[in-house]
Amino acid sequence: MNATAETVTKSDAAVFDVERIRADFPILAERAHGQPLAYLDNAATSQKPQAVIDAVNHYYRHQNANVHRGVHLLSERATEVYEGARDRVRDFINARSSREVVFVRGTTEGINLVAHSLGRGFRKGDEVVISHMEHHSNIVPWQQLRDQLGIVLKVAPINQAGELDMEAFEALLGERTKLVSVTHVSNALGTINPVRRIIELAHGRDIPVLLDGAQAVPHAGVDVQALDCEFYVFSGHKMFAPTGIGVLYGKEALLERMPPFQGGGEMIKMVTFDRTVYAELPHKFEAGTPNIAGAAGLGAAVAYLNAVGMDRIAAYEHQLLTYGTEQLQQVPGARIIGTARDKAAVLSVVLDGVHAHDIGTIVDRKGVAVRSGHHCAMPVMQFFKVAATARASLAFYNTRDELDRFCDALRYAREVLV
Amino acid sequence: MDLDDLYQEVILDHKRNPRNFGPMPDANRNVDGFNPLCGDHIHLHMKLAGDVIEDVRFEGEGCAISTASASLMTEALKGKRVEEAERMFEAVHALLTEEDVDPDLGQLGKLAIFSGVRQFPSRVKCASLAWHTLCAAIQDDGDEVITTE
Ligand SMILES: Cc1ncc(COP(=O)(O)O)c(C=O)c1O
Repeated sequence: MNATAETVTKSDAAVFDVERIRADFPILAERAHGQPLAYLDNAATSQKPQAVIDAVNHYYRHQNANVHRGVHLLSERATEVYEGARDRVRDFINARSSREVVFVRGTTEGINLVAHSLGRGFRKGDEVVISHMEHHSNIVPWQQLRDQLGIVLKVAPINQAGELDMEAFEALLGERTKLVSVTHVSNALGTINPVRRIIELAHGRDIPVLLDGAQAVPHAGVDVQALDCEFYVFSGHKMFAPTGIGVLYGKEALLERMPPFQGGGEMIKMVTFDRTVYAELPHKFEAGTPNIAGAAGLGAAVAYLNAVGMDRIAAYEHQLLTYGTEQLQQVPGARIIGTARDKAAVLSVVLDGVHAHDIGTIVDRKGVAVRSGHHCAMPVMQFFKVAATARASLAFYNTRDELDRFCDALRYAREVLV
Repeated sequence: MDLDDLYQEVILDHKRNPRNFGPMPDANRNVDGFNPLCGDHIHLHMKLAGDVIEDVRFEGEGCAISTASASLMTEALKGKRVEEAERMFEAVHALLTEEDVDPDLGQLGKLAIFSGVRQFPSRVKCASLAWHTLCAAIQDDGDEVITTE
């Protein structure tokens, strides 16, 4: 996905000690229905390493107070934790400045922030370009804007492999395109979009680009300066941090020009009944008491990921993907939905004669957790003419053995139901 | 709780060979039922003569539980009065959601096999989809879409 991931040598990945990694995640020792838990639902949310759990715990035991408010010791500690996490995220995604790192609740809120704030400047007839493989969170906010302002939503098509049709995408860009908002990695298909090319094409026409990085950030290094996108959004809980904390990265010049999203405390410099002077970035976009403990956890997750190494994570997951794909191809009646050439470790499967919901229940009884459903991407299901898929989405703590168990459970599901 | 309690032979039989499956050109009630959680979708067709359900059929795509539930429901409903159908709905609903219902409730007959579903909370809506759709079909004479949410 990034240049460095491609240059990792095989031997690096071969020494990837997954058992040691697994020991860092206490929940992986759970049993499910009497079997060892095989957690293959990481695209929905990831599990948390002890370091993250400890950071949250430590925050509440030793640091808890409101941020940016008191002069007392705890308030200073809390502020330090919160802003320290922001600096770590800045370095993690290589943002120029911490002013470009806005804490939000998650990807959904990040996209809504841009839709409400940047979108306020859109006029009737202006266009936003998305793709056919978006998560609902990158569809619905733009539809709402369409209904409020009369903007036009343009959808770039995909092909049978689940890849973006780049010619058709380019043809959608025009005079009135105000934003391109596409996913970096598809949660339903695993497709890694050619985001550099997308950005290049958009920038050729002075169109800003928002990337939904929810499924990208946990699995490979992301460098927002190298990408040169205007916005990059992701969720903490999918990258081994707590729920309720996420990040909107935005280029400073653009964020400066955008109006605040919500109003309240934290986001002001001065308030009278006549007028309000807004706070500096990034606080202008962070109204109200933020999720400080969540930020503490996110900071710890970033440190943990750095210690493991994003390049090694990407290389190991790629090996798992290759292995899982081969194994699934041996399962009678199984078909993988999403076969893009450039793909993240997501295996979305339909099984002849067995509905995804039944797969979900049956494999669960074998201790294997997968998601069955439409994965908040109903247009993707409509495109492939399936009601739902069973999706195994991997993280760097997963193993080949777990993939074998998934495949065995699929075979068993066919035995029971067909 | 065992998988066999959920996927009982009768349920598997109706999943493999759904009864009363297909269109009904002379239906006077047509309702779509949708479970947004898993994408299950059924179209229920009904011919209502006065307050008697003369015929009822279904189409659509769903999991084993929702297909078998719709199939068994159509079998149970044919020739029943609306009032009886409503009582059956109540009984099925109780069977699926309430802890201590006696599954031999006389009127349930074959439908009692769905008692196992209660132990699989994420599957209750699969079993109830057809029944919710039925309620809508009884209450309204227009075409409409109902969901389990
Ligand atoms: C690609 C993608 N975008 C957006 C989201 C929404 O993320 P969240 O629910 O954390 O806001 C998800 C997660 O489900 C996702 O996979």
